[in-house]
Amino acid sequence: MSQPDVVALRQYLGPELKERTISDARHSVSLTDIVQHSCLTGRSCELSGRSVLLATSGQLLSALAMIELDGVARRLLLCPPDIDWDRLQVLLEQADIDTIVTDRPLHRCTAGKYIVIGVDLPERRAMGSEVDRATEWLMLTSGTSGLPKIVRHTLDGLAGAIIADGPVRYRNATWATFYDIRRYGGLQIFLRAVIGGGSMVLSEPGEAVAAHVARLRAGGVTHISGTPSHWRKLLMSGASADFAPDYVRLSGEIADQAVLDGLARAFPRASIGHAYASTEAGVGFSVDDGREGFPAHLIGQNHAGVEMKVVDDSLRIRSRRTARAYVGAAAPPLTDAEGFVDTGDMVERRGERYHFVGRRGGIINIGGLKVHPEEVEAVINRHVSVQMSRARSRRSPITGAIVVADVILADGTDAARHETVRAEILSQCRDCLPVWKVPAVIRFVERLDVTAAGKLARTDA
Amino acid sequence: MSIKSKIFSAMKQIAEEQKVTLPPLEDDLSLNETGFDSLAFAILVARLEDELGVDPFTVAEDAAFPSTLGEFVRAYENVPA
Repeated sequence: MSQPDVVALRQYLGPELKERTISDARHSVSLTDIVQHSCLTGRSCELSGRSVLLATSGQLLSALAMIELDGVARRLLLCPPDIDWDRLQVLLEQADIDTIVTDRPLHRCTAGKYIVIGVDLPERRAMGSEVDRATEWLMLTSGTSGLPKIVRHTLDGLAGAIIADGPVRYRNATWATFYDIRRYGGLQIFLRAVIGGGSMVLSEPGEAVAAHVARLRAGGVTHISGTPSHWRKLLMSGASADFAPDYVRLSGEIADQAVLDGLARAFPRASIGHAYASTEAGVGFSVDDGREGFPAHLIGQNHAGVEMKVVDDSLRIRSRRTARAYVGAAAPPLTDAEGFVDTGDMVERRGERYHFVGRRGGIINIGGLKVHPEEVEAVINRHVSVQMSRARSRRSPITGAIVVADVILADGTDAARHETVRAEILSQCRDCLPVWKVPAVIRFVERLDVTAAGKLARTDA
Repeated sequence: MSIKSKIFSAMKQIAEEQKVTLPPLEDDLSLNETGFDSLAFAILVARLEDELGVDPFTVAEDAAFPSTLGEFVRAYENVPA
């Protein structure tokens, strides 16, 4: 099925823009002449029309292969690093994968079942595969338990928000993200770099914050994105002191006022925006006024091709940027009858603004009264001595559950002040929240886990 | 500090937080008369579990919840160490 009018990723990589690079901690690859080179080894000429799993050990090779395969492969399944082989097997069946592009030794049982093609730094001349189709981009949802779902996007939809922003706005930008680019939030930033004519500095798993920031500075990063948890970790590390980006973006979790204010203090020169996006619903909108929540007028109208409504307190989104469908034999429908994706992100209107209060599945039930952990955290995080917090459910023989909170205090908080700080946090919670939402117990902890997708780990959710 | 005085001190703390006026704490005081609602008791039991290392109402699955303050205190005192 030939679609000659389709624009593939490589077509944004003309030779006219000089000195564009993409780098990780070990390698820097020029994007300026990337189209003349191939990162694929072996029978790479056979990739046309194939359903490809892209499973590389690092992000850089995935980035290069995405550029080379978009417009060539029938579908491209991006494999995040934390998927184990057993779960991957099931997903490969569901996605009808026939080819694996990888730099890793493969599990024995793949032998004969798939065409396997190697991937390496682009040191060979490109064979010049034809761009003749709109490749389906398959991504995995970042659900915390069970098997992730596969969602199908098009490049057109993935890039919808970037095109709407006007890509030229970001020419010469050097992008970075704390995300992995094989997940939706990270892929958005990679596409912004490629489509907008910029460069990119990739994150490295396990890299210390200070080393990462040193690389961001050395790479001249101007635009950077991450989840509020990523940003809180950076602010806590103290490594932000010598880093001065122009643009700081938050997405993937609720951006509360405390983290927005913290970033504004740390990066006084930067414009700070928080975006709403999810793997299924695509990029909904971004807010640049430095305040938590979003203007109520965004609901019920069509803004730049995105329509939003609130049904049973959950945000629903319809646009060309949403995924096209879930993939797999028994895949559930992605949208409601009118084409809206139900995000499961719960909102509450306060005056002229909507605020995100939490996930539908994360509600704690306290003797019949409900609370979202995120709304409790938002209040706790306002205390000046708090860096980060997590509210969670604890079983109770009396009410079934109660809310408790784990709190990381700012560096240098005197241990002698702990009881005062605890009392202040509790008093702040009592002032802002109904009584059942006030944590019964506050525990001070050294660290809180963040998932591979950059979100605060919520084991009880 | 005895278990009993730890319990009373935790109760006074919660009463202050919840703006509840506690009557004099005596053994035969009915828990209904303490002014604590079920949430206040849930908080008390959670905090005592952290402080004393035990939650007697979860340990014994069939444990009846006490009806007087004296019974409540004994539930903690009688937990096998």
